[in-house]
Amino acid sequence: MFVRGLKRKCFDGEEDIEGTLAGIKAIPSYNLQRQSLLDMSLVKLQLCHMLVEPNLCRSVLIANTVRQIQEEMTQDGTWQMINTQSTGQASLDRLVSTDILCRSSREQAEGKHVPGYSTFNKDFESDQVQDSSETMSTGSSVQAPRNLQSNVWEMENPQENKGNFQKSLDQIFETLETKSPNSVEDLFSEVDNSYYDLDTMLTGMMSNTKMGHCDGLETFSSPTNTTSNSNCKSDLNELDHIVEILVES
Amino acid sequence: FLGAGGGNDIQWCFSQVKGAVDDDVAEADIISTVEFNHSGELLATGDKGGRVVIFQQEQENKTQSHSRGEYNVYSTFQSHEPEFDYLKSLEIEEKINKIRWLPQKNAAQFLLSTNDKTIKLWKISERDKRPEGYNLKEEDGRYRDPTTVTTLRVPVFRPMDLMVEASPRRIFANAHTYHINSISINSDYETYLSADDLRINLWHLEITDRSFNIVDIKPANMEELTEVITAAEFHPNSCNTFVYSSSKGTIRLCDMRASALCDRHSKLFEEPEDPSNRSFFSEIISSISDVKFSHSGRYMMTRDYLSVKIWDLNMENRPVETYQVHEYLRSKLCSLYENDCIFDKFECCWNGSDRQNFLLPPLCSIVMTGSYNNFFRMFDRNTKRDITLEASRENNKPRTVLKPRKVCASGKRKKDEISVDSLDFNKKILHTAWHPKENIIAVATTNNLYIFQDKMN
Repeated sequence: MFVRGLKRKCFDGEEDIEGTLAGIKAIPSYNLQRQSLLDMSLVKLQLCHMLVEPNLCRSVLIANTVRQIQEEMTQDGTWQMINTQSTGQASLDRLVSTDILCRSSREQAEGKHVPGYSTFNKDFESDQVQDSSETMSTGSSVQAPRNLQSNVWEMENPQENKGNFQKSLDQIFETLETKSPNSVEDLFSEVDNSYYDLDTMLTGMMSNTKMGHCDGLETFSSPTNTTSNSNCKSDLNELDHIVEILVES
Repeated sequence: FLGAGGGNDIQWCFSQVKGAVDDDVAEADIISTVEFNHSGELLATGDKGGRVVIFQQEQENKTQSHSRGEYNVYSTFQSHEPEFDYLKSLEIEEKINKIRWLPQKNAAQFLLSTNDKTIKLWKISERDKRPEGYNLKEEDGRYRDPTTVTTLRVPVFRPMDLMVEASPRRIFANAHTYHINSISINSDYETYLSADDLRINLWHLEITDRSFNIVDIKPANMEELTEVITAAEFHPNSCNTFVYSSSKGTIRLCDMRASALCDRHSKLFEEPEDPSNRSFFSEIISSISDVKFSHSGRYMMTRDYLSVKIWDLNMENRPVETYQVHEYLRSKLCSLYENDCIFDKFECCWNGSDRQNFLLPPLCSIVMTGSYNNFFRMFDRNTKRDITLEASRENNKPRTVLKPRKVCASGKRKKDEISVDSLDFNKKILHTAWHPKENIIAVATTNNLYIFQDKMN
């Protein structure tokens, strides 16, 4: 049950004396442990976001844990620090590993649930006409950590990142096509909000989380590769544009 | 008569085990709820496949005075079916979350069973005779040619093999947006409550097309949601009083006479956090998974991840007693968070009521709850002794007293102790029930139901 050695991520105490001596070298720093817990929690939220019927209690508890960590990290100033480290290798690895976890679970859920679709629906439901850029930021902020992380990833592999965007777009279109055009209004007239409520709750939490990541990563990524950033931006613009078209129709 | 406290500890013996023997558990067979009826004669289980199985206790055999009647299958029926919500592209699980029996009023038995969204009232009735000798029908049901009827006779009832029929009498649907976690029948026996993550509704047993919302904790902006309802129960004697617990470890007592919407509690029970034990997991482990009133209604018991707490309704600021179920897990919380075990919802129960006089304390007061590795724990509130027992097929001999188990938290493991690292976290006992009048308990492992009774002298 317990992983020994240098890669141990958890806080679990080691009671055995012999273990402690060896463990002193192996027990990671509090900051590293805390970061691992944050990553683990974010993965859990992503996964439960994709489950067919998410357990609200579990999601709320995990979200509260993430908020707690984030608050503590903001208080000791490590929130910004981690993302602007010049020796970005360690943080990059962490982000990358979370991204891999996210990506593989996303691929698993491809057949079942379309995250892009659910955030898109939420935009439809709101009474006021929202500024499309505002829509983009709140609507897709649940996806933002993934996208931002794939920004980082993209520096290594721009093709794949574009592929991910394309995939999300394809999923949106596919799902829309299966519904008949006339039923779009009926579709949204009596929507039971519970599932989207979960979305909203996660969005709210994620947008707070996003702030730290976003700022940090932008300063981190800008000096290195402007072309890959503009690729990301053009993808975002493309998505923006498509959403505009769909909203108008 | 339950064993007198102060010295005579109950000696538990294996009695029966129900369910498949293989280690390979079919998902549908996972037991999700266990409940004795008010007399204890019937024991109901619900499973993940939406089925209800009811066992009936045999009448005591006069010649075999050393054991109480065995429980045998009385009725099995499909209570809930899986449904698909096309709009949300979500499946609604057929898993039975809770069963609650109504007190018996006539020959038939009634119970409420619920899944995530729909509550159903089932009537279970016996048929042991049937009419024979119709004039217009043959015995096999085919209609006779009327011209062949030359005489008339009165049909008579003749005995037949006992048949137990379950029929749904009421379906209470479409009142819950979130997942139902509790149902509780009021002491007026006319109304009941159903609770989901954010709301509690009050129903009348006769009326299915509407219910009253009595608690609503959904915030206007879902982004502000930080707390959900985890369990709710009516007071056993006071028909206007109920409690509900939350994921933040609080219990709120509400009086329905105060206002139509009981969003403002009459009492708030919360224990202040112990700062020395604070961690990122503090909130998660404080989340209450079950709340049960004592038979007198003077106390209530709550179960959180690591402990069982007894509260006096007259004291809100802390519990009167706290029992550690598996404190050795406190240092393993991170791993338990990783494998999701930290979110397991354990239930708890009181021993059966042994007296009608609620002014005097009970002679025997024991609470029971489950743990991992198919262990379950009992705490005697009078003697302050506790015991850990295991539900396993290895302790199969009837009338052999179960051996107490012990978990070694740290250091040298003694003989017969089991170390924390060897515990099987897939073998969890979430559901247990205690016979209302006798020392008989039902303990559910993943897919088996164990029945234990005390060793009668």
